[in-house]
Amino acid sequence: MSILVLAEHHDGQLAGATAHVVAAAKAIGGDIDILVAGENVAAIAEAAAKLDGVSKVRVADNAAYAHQLAEPMAALLVELAGDYGHVLAAASTTGKNVMPRVAALKDVSQISEIVAVDSADTFKRPIYAGNAIATVQSADSLKVITVRSTGFDAVGESGSAAVEAVDFVAENAQSSFIKQELAESDRPELAAAKVVISGGRGMGSGENFKLLDGIADKLGAAIGASRAAVDAGFVPNDMQVGQTGKIVAPELYIAVGISGAIQHLAGMKDSKVIVAINKDEEAPIFQVADYGLVGDLFEILPELESKL
Amino acid sequence: MKVLVAVKRVIDYNVKIRVKADHSDVDLTNVKMAMNPFCEIAVEEAVRLKEKGVATEVVAVTVGPKAAQEQLRTALALGADRAIHVETDERVESLAVAKLLAKVVEEEQPGLTILGKQAIDTDNNQTGQMLAALAGLPQGTFASEVVVDGDKLQVTREIDGGLQTVELTLPAIVTTDLRLNEPRYAKLPDIMKAKKKPMDVKTPADLGVEVASKVTLLKVESPAERKGGIKVGSVDELVDKLKNEAKVL
Repeated sequence: MSILVLAEHHDGQLAGATAHVVAAAKAIGGDIDILVAGENVAAIAEAAAKLDGVSKVRVADNAAYAHQLAEPMAALLVELAGDYGHVLAAASTTGKNVMPRVAALKDVSQISEIVAVDSADTFKRPIYAGNAIATVQSADSLKVITVRSTGFDAVGESGSAAVEAVDFVAENAQSSFIKQELAESDRPELAAAKVVISGGRGMGSGENFKLLDGIADKLGAAIGASRAAVDAGFVPNDMQVGQTGKIVAPELYIAVGISGAIQHLAGMKDSKVIVAINKDEEAPIFQVADYGLVGDLFEILPELESKL
Repeated sequence: MKVLVAVKRVIDYNVKIRVKADHSDVDLTNVKMAMNPFCEIAVEEAVRLKEKGVATEVVAVTVGPKAAQEQLRTALALGADRAIHVETDERVESLAVAKLLAKVVEEEQPGLTILGKQAIDTDNNQTGQMLAALAGLPQGTFASEVVVDGDKLQVTREIDGGLQTVELTLPAIVTTDLRLNEPRYAKLPDIMKAKKKPMDVKTPADLGVEVASKVTLLKVESPAERKGGIKVGSVDELVDKLKNEAKVL
């Protein structure tokens, strides 16, 4: 059976997560098609065609799919799903919004945020904020799945898949796009960064997050935050790492002034190396940190920046 | 407008869970249970809509064992007017919950149905979207702001990279994100009053829904333990370890 992968894209660019989802599709096995849906998405389709292992790129280029609202996107996927045994998307806010709607319309279950493929019908996924890993088997004829991108290594970009247009246009009188406010950042995307440095309540204020900038610049790191820092208004919520924010698994994760609540650990404990900087030597973060440094972050951060 | 709010009984979010020795599931015996935190936010939003005069009645609903009535009583103490308990001891997956809720939506005809964005036990993040699909209604997921404007609803959603605002026709389904509001605590007199508020008990059979799922839970394991790390004494030592031992710099 073949597999349909929903391409993730933002601002006219194919998102890195898509290459991870294709890797999950390869692990399942079968022909892999990618669906690129949106408005003016020709360049994105071209980028998707380069992903290794992709047989065909199907492009639904229409104003109906601008901003990828759930109602028309689900209608489109339901229209195409009949040709496939699996439909996969990244466990991004877009994937999470659209895919359960598709599953329900097809009267099948959805398997959320898989981190491993055991076989074409058996998958592993974290539950209870990542404190347990469930192995689940689906007997549904269509498997609707979201993929946690940190569970799969991205495929390369040396392919040359055929591109074909999808004519189906979904009608949607129920929802419309009003506006979008995106946080501006020159740094790497949090979920894809090789190094992440995050600040917590211990940072004290939004102003103090500037202390992380210099280190992030030197390491090419993305800057994250704990929920406490977001709730205190230090930084915008799209920087939040955790069960209810972004899930990251970089090479190096530096947690600064973060105690290490279960919900935060759920978002970062698969990082290769974890460094904790905290003045409280009893903080739970030290139990998962490979290297811990107990001390005042206001002294440590400038020193660390100067020594990198 | 009637507002329906769905709540789930889950393990308390502060509890460190244990996997059963036979790997069949997580051990929930003698573990503190509570209302799912995202559901608390959903109840709070419904009650605030009532306080603003937008909602005329708030109905809380749950699917689960008899003990889940505790969480419905909590919703009633927080300001819901009445409750519906769909009682079952089965393991009920999101699709079946959505089907049960779709029947309740059909019977109750709420103008707005609010759910949490995900339950902290299964971490699925599916039920609201599935309910919207089955009820044929638009969805506003991961909401951080909800404004009812006549027969329209403006929902600001937390998306990767920022915020998005969409307009939905009512009736609609909304799922709550953490920053939608700060839930209140139930006051003792309200907890007492909540005991007298009406609660309907139904079964999946009453609603004509088959709850069996085609997804089987084969095994539950603990995640790979991280091996214990070390504490370093200085920034120099840290940088040295990262460069020469971990080789990540």
